Amino acid sequence: MTVFPKEDSMNLQPLFAPKSLAVCGVSLTNDNHPANVIYNKNLLRFPVNVYPVNPRGGTIRGEKVYTAIDQIDSDVDLAVIVVRAEHVPEIIKQCIRKKVRGAVVISGGFAEAGRQDLQAQLVEIASRADFPFIGPNCLGIYAPSQVDTFFLPSERMVYPGKGKVAIISQSGGILVDLLVKFAGEGIGLSLAVSIGNKALVKEEQLLQFLAKDPTTSVIAFYIEGFGKNEGRKFVHAARKCKKPVIVMKAGKTTGGQRAVSSHTASLAGDYKVLSDIFAQYGIVEARNEQELLSFCESLSSYPNSSAKKIGIITGSGGHGAMAVDACLGHGLEVPLLPDAEQKSLRDSLSPSIRPIAATDNPIDLTGSAVEDDFAIATSALLDSSEVDCVLVLLLPYLPGISSDLSARISQLAQKTKKPLIAYVPHVERYRMLIEGFEFNKVPVSPSIEGAVLMVEALRRRSSC
Amino acid sequence: MLSKIREILSAAAIHYGWVMEPDAKNILQLAGIDVPVSCWAKTPEEALAFAAKQGYPLAMKVVSPQILHKSDVGGVIVGINTNESLLAGFEKMTRLQGFAGVLIEEMLQGIELIVGAKIDFQFGPVVMLGIGGVSVEIYQDTVIRMAPVARNDVESMVAHLKARTLLEGFRGAKPINLAALTNLMIIFSQLVTDLSDDIESIDLNPVLCNEERCVAADARIILPSSRT
Repeated sequence: MTVFPKEDSMNLQPLFAPKSLAVCGVSLTNDNHPANVIYNKNLLRFPVNVYPVNPRGGTIRGEKVYTAIDQIDSDVDLAVIVVRAEHVPEIIKQCIRKKVRGAVVISGGFAEAGRQDLQAQLVEIASRADFPFIGPNCLGIYAPSQVDTFFLPSERMVYPGKGKVAIISQSGGILVDLLVKFAGEGIGLSLAVSIGNKALVKEEQLLQFLAKDPTTSVIAFYIEGFGKNEGRKFVHAARKCKKPVIVMKAGKTTGGQRAVSSHTASLAGDYKVLSDIFAQYGIVEARNEQELLSFCESLSSYPNSSAKKIGIITGSGGHGAMAVDACLGHGLEVPLLPDAEQKSLRDSLSPSIRPIAATDNPIDLTGSAVEDDFAIATSALLDSSEVDCVLVLLLPYLPGISSDLSARISQLAQKTKKPLIAYVPHVERYRMLIEGFEFNKVPVSPSIEGAVLMVEALRRRSSC
Repeated sequence: MLSKIREILSAAAIHYGWVMEPDAKNILQLAGIDVPVSCWAKTPEEALAFAAKQGYPLAMKVVSPQILHKSDVGGVIVGINTNESLLAGFEKMTRLQGFAGVLIEEMLQGIELIVGAKIDFQFGPVVMLGIGGVSVEIYQDTVIRMAPVARNDVESMVAHLKARTLLEGFRGAKPINLAALTNLMIIFSQLVTDLSDDIESIDLNPVLCNEERCVAADARIILPSSRT
């Protein structure tokens, strides 16, 4: 018989902020066992009470090992289950009896290994009891300064700082990689969940949860595929969500589609359908990892802005030309500024660059510009009704500018509603300029193309 | 209306797995979509009688449960202007596999669009608008939306076609009747939403659009393999 999961009645909150954690399947002999890694890292690094469980009992690190989850005398919020697949249904039943509030099933050996029956059994047991579980066949949850169910030793992980972006991934490996790159790009994380086979808790439920989660302002997904009609539910949930939803989709080229007899079926391949529908519903599609990172950074600063007409400030003609090419390549506009605005801008610039600066857009202040010129040009574009987003290409080696410039122009932008996005080459020597943007929540990219992608994120955010 | 349409689909399912053009057009007409004035002629006499009533020029298409892509086998003749060429065309069609008569239709001028639908595994019923005709798969200029669509969705679909300028009146041509296209898309998307358990995909190709009408000049309805 089919049991329809009542996902909406499940409370996911305890999964992500548990006060107590039971790790089922710790080994008494092998300290590298995934369950032991999870037990150790939570015991040592996270503010949760952790209980090891193994039917054989005994001790681990001097702590009592419980023979079953119902032998734990305190309440348990979250159970992490790392046992052989065929034992998982029984442990889920024990969790439900013990009134555990949710589980992460790390174990593989379910649908991905041909055991759809075993997976269906889990879903049936859990959904009858409104018992939420993540997985199976996943890494589970990393909630900064709360809990970490990834079976990777802490010293091997690169943890990004706490921030506003949540990532949900069908692949554990991709997720861990993204955390490394978030850390590298300085993108802050609110929650990371590897959902594996997503048997019960799927993208849609997590989206609904994160839509209301006050610590999250951008929701990013890595998706390989949806189940039957789940894509439809997902986009409906995304439309209701006020926060930006970014999706990186793998499997764009589907081989082995069955022979199609109509033009529509042949033209409307799986990826084309998904990509067009995401655009229809204002879901920001990231076509690769660089886009995903740029979009996360940009949308966490500007969750509700849109951008179509871009104003560009540069100290070098070449940078301006590269940025214009990139903008036009993305279908963004770089409009000419009206003569009156150009004249007023030129009249405000330093006398030394007044005759040589270009003011039409891009505004090329030339290598002789000083800080005031950048500030004046930024203000001019922030005030101009011709552009709705400002891109500043800052070349730190110009003699007339100091490390204070980035904070100064960031603060100009903060006084308006218009998004400002920056390019600065990322080397250690220019750290203060980069942080002047970062600390003021202005997205800053190490490449011109990356900076334009940050602008592009704002365009894709508006549904068409 | 839907029960009548489902009856036609069920009859087709028993026999073929897809719906032959006269039945498909009948379904579209029931739903309120503009189709050409036509006649399913099984004999030369019926063909001549329709021509006498409708006048020339006319288009002729083979009706055969064994021919899905008619133009690939010479099963489409356009620009018929005389009784002689009508009869010659009819004679030629009788030699095609599975001949079950011909569909004779008024000739229409306009830009060739494709309007399609499929029941997508992940997203359910979706509709497609694109530049149509026999070269659709070469240009691949199409936009997809989840069905049903509203007026603003159709506007966005048109805006996202690379060849949208053709629709807006290119080099002195009159723009197409966008209201008629919008209306067609809205009705069509509702139809496929209602029929999402009954069909697998639909091609209306071409849909001929001019400054007055948007007409589904050909229609192919593929039924789900579970039904056949």
